[in-house]
Amino acid sequence: MWTDTLLVFLALSSLLLLGSSRLTRCIRIVAFQGVVLGALTLAVHRDGLSVRPLLLAVAIVGIKGVAFPWVLSRVLRAGEVRREVEPFISYNVSLVVGALTLGLSFWWSARLPLPMPPVSSLIVPIAFFTTLAGLFVIVSRRKALTQVLGYLVLENGIYAIGIGLVAETPMVVELGVLLDVFVAVFVMGIAIFHINREFDHIDADRLAVLRDWSA
Amino acid sequence: MAVVSFLPPLLALAGAPLLLGVINRTKAVVAGRIGQPLLQVYFDLAKLLRKGAVYSRTTTWIFRAAPCVGLAAMLSAATLVPLGGGAAPVAFAGDLVLFAYLLGVSRVFTVLAALDTGSSFEGMGASREVTFSALAEPALLLALAALARQTGSLSLSAMYARIGVGWTTAAPAFALLAGALLLVFLTENSRIPIDDPTTHLELTMIHEVMVLDHGGPDLACILYGSALKLWLLGALLVGILVPIRSGSAGLDVAAAVGGLLTLAMLIGLIESSMARLRLTRVPQFLVGAGVMSAVALLLTLR
Repeated sequence: MWTDTLLVFLALSSLLLLGSSRLTRCIRIVAFQGVVLGALTLAVHRDGLSVRPLLLAVAIVGIKGVAFPWVLSRVLRAGEVRREVEPFISYNVSLVVGALTLGLSFWWSARLPLPMPPVSSLIVPIAFFTTLAGLFVIVSRRKALTQVLGYLVLENGIYAIGIGLVAETPMVVELGVLLDVFVAVFVMGIAIFHINREFDHIDADRLAVLRDWSA
Repeated sequence: MAVVSFLPPLLALAGAPLLLGVINRTKAVVAGRIGQPLLQVYFDLAKLLRKGAVYSRTTTWIFRAAPCVGLAAMLSAATLVPLGGGAAPVAFAGDLVLFAYLLGVSRVFTVLAALDTGSSFEGMGASREVTFSALAEPALLLALAALARQTGSLSLSAMYARIGVGWTTAAPAFALLAGALLLVFLTENSRIPIDDPTTHLELTMIHEVMVLDHGGPDLACILYGSALKLWLLGALLVGILVPIRSGSAGLDVAAAVGGLLTLAMLIGLIESSMARLRLTRVPQFLVGAGVMSAVALLLTLR
């Protein structure tokens, strides 16, 4: 029951991200997803609360719910860029694409042979949808910052599939992945900051040509 | 057919204008005013019925027929909507589609009458009304489809009799449905944040601008029809949110009416605390409602 409710929150926050125009709001949505994932980690482990899932949940909420939003909003403030998303695909169409993708994920996951029954029948479709939504944000938005957000959402989806299918993933693996994402977001945050200082914008569309290459 | 099944439409006929009064009173209290009496809409209706109507030479029979057709559609719809778990007087498989399109008939005639006046402002209002309702209709139908799927029935009365079971098995889907229906409710009844029913600026009006040329008994029909629409869509929403089935029909209906009055107060609070959306943002709001309904349907389909 709790797992299902949290998963619906995950799906709705991804849809909300597709329809939001403010960058600060997008960052908050991704932070909320981090908190939901932390709670999901606890909800999936039914057999009593041991130390490991608790530790993992705290790490996830700390990194995805607090640290990343802090870094990204710092980049946003330091960059003084326009605080709008500037999508290639309008918000309405993005939302409709999101709903269609969700339908596709439900259809697809009903046909997917799984090695073992997942914790909840919602977990595979919604995790798959979150991954696709992250991918869609990466390709359909102009700003480098939204691409980082899309990458984070994509990673959230992969993590949700992981805990849904194999509740007992070795903790070392989970923490390793978390560390990778942590480093990646920091590097991307710093990169965006420097791109912004160099070019006065973080428009990924205009970074198509390398300066040395064209010279 | 049980006598008690005539209770929902009779309550709707009697109580619908009261909801508007409650909304106005809530807004007044929040704004620190005393506000108009709770029964003001009844006084307005009585006043309008005593007056004569003026018709422009530009208008045709459509302009005169529209208020009657709109009210007749709402009266027919009132016989379909159950209240508090009991059955409505008219119930058959598929009446949810009839309900959705009775709302549509009333809207089409309001729009035609607005175009019939030849006024450019009313044309603008008509265009907006049609645009927004075209987006609100999928949200309503998808929400009703999800409800039908979840309760395994195609009749509004049977669907609403089984709501309570649904909450225990599919709570997330029901919460989404209620959210989507609330957005549809705000749109269809032209409340803030979609439309401002008290605005006096033609440029920004949607529903109100279309009825500017109606007067007297025609305006009374329109006012009463929109109050009924508020009550009926509210009853659909409250039926989901207050699934109290105590066993005694009277108690259930009383709970539902209490829910409707609470909903009216909630609308008053929403209107006091929110600004209107920019017109370009309204479609996004409605697409959001449609997507919520679609997600609810997907959750019930699996």
